[in-house]
Amino acid sequence: MKIHIKNGRVIDPMSERDEIADIFIAAGKIVAIGQGPADFHANRTLDASGLIVCPGLVDLSVRLREPGFEYKATLESEMLAAAAGGITSLACPPDTDPPLDEPGLVEMLKFRARNLPGPRVYPIGAMTQKLEGQMLTEMAELTEAGCRAFTQADAPLTDTLVLLRAMEYAATFGFSLWLRPQDVTLARGGVAHDGAVATRLGLPGIPALAETVALATILQLARETGARIHLARLSTRESIAMVRAAKAQGLAVTCDVACTHVHLSENDLISFDSHLHLVPPLRSLRDRDAIREALRDGSIDALCSDHTPVDEDEKQVPFGESAPGASGVELLLPLTLKWAREMGVPLMRALDLISWKPSQILGVSGGNLSVGGYADLCIFDESAEWIVTPKTLASQGDNTPFLDHPMQGRVRYTVIDGHIDFEAPR
Amino acid sequence: MNLQLTEDGRLRHLLTLDGLPRAIIMQILDTAESFMDVGEREVKKVPLLRGKSIFNLFFEPSTRTRTTFEIAAKRLSADVVNLNIATSSQTKGEAILDTVDNLAAMHADMFIVRHSQSGAAHFIAQHVAPHISVVNAGDGRHAHPTQGLLDMFTIRRYKGEFHNLTVAIVGDVLHSRVARSQIHALTTLGVPEVRVIGPKTLLPTGVEQMGVKVFHDMEDGLAGCDVVIMLRLQNERMKGARLPSAQEYFKFFGLTPEKLALAKPDAIVMHPGPMNRGVEIASEVADGPQSVILPQVTYGIAVRMAVMAMLAGTGNA
Repeated sequence: MKIHIKNGRVIDPMSERDEIADIFIAAGKIVAIGQGPADFHANRTLDASGLIVCPGLVDLSVRLREPGFEYKATLESEMLAAAAGGITSLACPPDTDPPLDEPGLVEMLKFRARNLPGPRVYPIGAMTQKLEGQMLTEMAELTEAGCRAFTQADAPLTDTLVLLRAMEYAATFGFSLWLRPQDVTLARGGVAHDGAVATRLGLPGIPALAETVALATILQLARETGARIHLARLSTRESIAMVRAAKAQGLAVTCDVACTHVHLSENDLISFDSHLHLVPPLRSLRDRDAIREALRDGSIDALCSDHTPVDEDEKQVPFGESAPGASGVELLLPLTLKWAREMGVPLMRALDLISWKPSQILGVSGGNLSVGGYADLCIFDESAEWIVTPKTLASQGDNTPFLDHPMQGRVRYTVIDGHIDFEAPR
Repeated sequence: MNLQLTEDGRLRHLLTLDGLPRAIIMQILDTAESFMDVGEREVKKVPLLRGKSIFNLFFEPSTRTRTTFEIAAKRLSADVVNLNIATSSQTKGEAILDTVDNLAAMHADMFIVRHSQSGAAHFIAQHVAPHISVVNAGDGRHAHPTQGLLDMFTIRRYKGEFHNLTVAIVGDVLHSRVARSQIHALTTLGVPEVRVIGPKTLLPTGVEQMGVKVFHDMEDGLAGCDVVIMLRLQNERMKGARLPSAQEYFKFFGLTPEKLALAKPDAIVMHPGPMNRGVEIASEVADGPQSVILPQVTYGIAVRMAVMAMLAGTGNA
């Protein structure tokens, strides 16, 4: 398949290219940017006039719900949804049933994903067996099977000695650990940020301390062991300040936030809408504003969707009983663009947070537009307006706090490995 | 969004006192006043809700509150059905909605709902057919609006006005839906000083943002109060490391005649019940001359009659 993408505004954060140019694709690779090869005969020409052509998005947290939770979503449905969101590479956390804690399960997932249209799937392995927080997994074997890093996802880890050993073991091989800091005991029973809104609504709180106390432990152990740590889904102003300070001291840590937390806060909970039941909880406006600023100044390295499709029945219950999480692969791009517009951040910098930077954290090729590199591209209309409804979303999970919200920016084509895996209906 | 008011500002559901306009609260209190004599008649009934079906939908066990709602509904001549749905047998939310749908199909006009989850009454109100009204009879730690209203009714009966009062709420505010409803009502009715008194383990984060003054010393907090409201302390608070013992709690936060003497001489003492004598309140106080705890129960019936009558007036009546 040879594709000629004509007249698009090509933005590539890695090379800082921003110009109207043509891109030529053959055999899954970009063969030229600008002037096409003399003998190039495209099977398909995409007119990208007025559109933006950027690297395919790289999403650091997408729950595909397989194996074990197919009633919430299937690999097919969520990979299609991700492609519709412009995502060409994704990391999937191991909190499946069974968890991704042995090579056979990882190989099966990779095999299933490879035979379906949609993004490249990079599994993140379980850090401990069954995610129980007690015994380490075979990290080296899991890496050979295709795991890019190891994590507890949102499963509790109460034993600090296990965390220390996991870091030592991972550092032995140079593996990364992706950790969402949360002290399980301080968060116990909570469903919302412990602040004035939860107090008013009578919702049991999760204090900001639950995050910062765990983060302090992680940073201290990382200094000691030299383990490569990626901090996932930070949510408080204090934890961002702690990571900023740790980076300034030369500690090799990176961090991300979920795109929901860039726009929403505890104040949005006032109607008890269970779609706002998220992990970590939506925090105060002060925290949200710190996230928005830290994304601008580079203290936060990446934005992800933290895509978590949930069965509608699990949301049709009172807030505290509902399953947490939001569907998000199709909102990652528009929510990032919204933040950039509101903050006056250039498009190049915004796209960096959802393509090149996360590809570096994941340690994979992609996330950039280079001759000879993967033909993974996202072509979108920056100004297209649309409304979020179950009908406009491809994901099986309709659970998003942005239902009925207007969005600006919509994907027109997603090219993965030189194939057009998504094309917006005209 | 104001789920509990109709477009023209009348009561549609009663879910919380947070944001309920002062005029509506006053209307409920005035209506309750007009029902006060019904309980003293030989035939304790008025025909206002004849032919209406009211379902007591209790997902959390309760005898007292359910009974007062039942009496109130019967005095208004409504048909009352009691459903005690043990929360444990609930396979969570789908079942809640199924239950609600089933009862709606039996031509229910009103649901009185109690549930252990904050926001449960909102959730049900968002899903019922337009002709059905929902009364929140207590949801998690969030709200217990009829209790808050009967407390205001009691205060008005004994104190007349709200604008010159100092009111203290003492004890486990963190877990108390009653305290939250009282705070909203008191601030809406213009009480200039609302105090909460308790150890830091039993006061919720940011409670001062609800318009109250926080005290950790009971003697400071009670000084000069016109109204002292004691909250029930659940035994399980000892297990969650919030308190060391009931004895120590009583010593520092229990209401004794000595501590009550710090309040104004004509201060009244209230308690939503059921009381733990010797834990949050001494028997001498509970049974003493300043206690209005039993009148609260009596007034609760008139207030609940008022709420139901007003809701029926805005429903399909």
